Amino acid sequence: MAEVIEREERAIEAPSSPPLTAKEAKSLLFTPVFDDNPIGRQVLGVCSALAVTTKLETSVVMSLAVIFVLALSNVSVSAIRNHIPSSVRILVQMTIIAALVIIADQFIQAFAYSISKQLSIFVGLIITNCIIMGRAEGFASKNPPMHSLLDGVGNGLGYSTILIAVGFFRELLGSGKILGVDVLHLVTEGGWYTPNGLMLLSPSAFFLIGFFIWIVRAWKPEQVEED
Amino acid sequence: MKPLRDLLDKQAEHFEEGGKLEKLYPFYEAGDTFLYTPGEVTRADAHVRDGMDLKRMMITVVLSLQPCILMALYNTGLQASLAYQNIGAMGTGDWHIWIAHALGLSFQPNDVLSCFAIGAIYFVPVQLMTVAAGGLCEAVFATIRKHEINEGFLVTSTLFPLTLPPLIPLWQVALGIIFGVVIGKEIFGGVGMNFLNPALTGRAFLYFAYPAQISGDAVWVAVDGYSQATPLAAYADPQQMDFSYTWWESFVGLIPGSMGETSTLCCLLGAAVLILTRVGSWQIMAGVTLGMVGSALFFNWVGSATNPMFNVSPAWHFVIGGFAFGTVFMATDPVSATATRGGKWVYGALIGVMTVLIRVTNPAYPEGIMLAILFGNVFAPIIDRVFINRNIKRRLARAK
Repeated sequence: MAEVIEREERAIEAPSSPPLTAKEAKSLLFTPVFDDNPIGRQVLGVCSALAVTTKLETSVVMSLAVIFVLALSNVSVSAIRNHIPSSVRILVQMTIIAALVIIADQFIQAFAYSISKQLSIFVGLIITNCIIMGRAEGFASKNPPMHSLLDGVGNGLGYSTILIAVGFFRELLGSGKILGVDVLHLVTEGGWYTPNGLMLLSPSAFFLIGFFIWIVRAWKPEQVEED
Repeated sequence: MKPLRDLLDKQAEHFEEGGKLEKLYPFYEAGDTFLYTPGEVTRADAHVRDGMDLKRMMITVVLSLQPCILMALYNTGLQASLAYQNIGAMGTGDWHIWIAHALGLSFQPNDVLSCFAIGAIYFVPVQLMTVAAGGLCEAVFATIRKHEINEGFLVTSTLFPLTLPPLIPLWQVALGIIFGVVIGKEIFGGVGMNFLNPALTGRAFLYFAYPAQISGDAVWVAVDGYSQATPLAAYADPQQMDFSYTWWESFVGLIPGSMGETSTLCCLLGAAVLILTRVGSWQIMAGVTLGMVGSALFFNWVGSATNPMFNVSPAWHFVIGGFAFGTVFMATDPVSATATRGGKWVYGALIGVMTVLIRVTNPAYPEGIMLAILFGNVFAPIIDRVFINRNIKRRLARAK
């Protein structure tokens, strides 16, 4: 009974969606890219950033999958936010996210089979990606659907920025290629470039993400945490 | 010496606050304190002041490394000469050999001076590259972050070349030391704040980034195209059981390997200096050795029919690979090691056990001591914390 009452209260309290101004939209979309990057600032979703970034191609596909799941999960959670009893909200959010992840996974398997092989379990693991749960719980469950959509896409873009940058450098320095096209000619194939083997190992993504955080904080010193 | 002092004092005004070269103060300071004892005196309340400052400590380490450097020069030349004798006039495509010929050096293993000279042709460029590339990073950070160029780099830049194989490409040397100085030290705030040994960090980077140039059989003897396994690698490979070096040769260091770490004898000389001057901790060295002996005996006892490394005795573990060098000069780095007395034993033992564990059970990584020390470095703060908390508890109990 208590839940029913609570739900009614929330439904009554729920404000009619405020109109979304252009400025707000822009801020929702672009703040997470550099100012509040989910990986660089909140240090979420690092696991997949280490695992799938040995090549630019897999980074891009993974980024698209995360943007898709994040945007739609935010919209769905937001749309029913006033009807979910708070005691089971995490379960409901998980169900929504899981359904979306399965759709993304099946889609990639159907249309990009070889990439889905390389991404292996990491598409499925989007479900445990803290960024998605974090935005659903921290933003979508308190804000109207349009705001949540933009927030989801924005955070997805922030995640993608890092993934693509890391994937770019790892593929370039680790195998001398970009998107599979030879850029730096390898010594083994008669060229001049000795590939950096560390770049093909996961720790290199740690270093690259560290460099990214370093550069962004040197550029925007207000992000530096106080000791 | 007076004119030199006067010259330095005269230049001081340009570098001090308000001078036109104010930004380059770290360079002036480094030059001045390298030549003279710093002139500053204690200004705050009185406290005991010791002449044993960071500068003297680091210089002592560099001095204790001299036997290893001499051995590096000699042995690199010796191994190159022996190989050259074996393969005749081949392998002349390498620029080192070209220089040796231009200088009129003949590759005679019996000629000690020629061995030194040939060794120098391999070692000196690596050393110069280390100082140039690492020093540049150090100077850039010192200028931007406004700290002093520290004598710590002197040690790092002496250790780093000694851990490299003679045929390492110079651009890799530069990349390695830059990684070591920047990632291993400067981003954490410079000397005293680094939790990893910078020289080892640089070497580990090269090890994983460019394994072809720092591991395998082709890099240890300083003649291009001549492949010979180090004794450590020879042990790990069942096909190479025709093991041709005696224990004494390994102990003295007349074996192929990284340039400065082949000689256990020279490392022991260095250890004597470090222990007598109390710069290096004997507890750590003893801890590593005990850990190594214990775990090696354990593996001997377990035994294995397929993996010959199980049967390597502690005495051999002691003289092959970089064990002695790492134990004496790397594990004892006062910044990245533990500081508590009990902690030093635990930290040392951890490194010793890990070294043998990596050597024996993972044939892909023949050199265990490098990874073991980095592993120990990471755990050092936790070990210290345990011992400090224990001490606090004990004293609290006494106060009650």
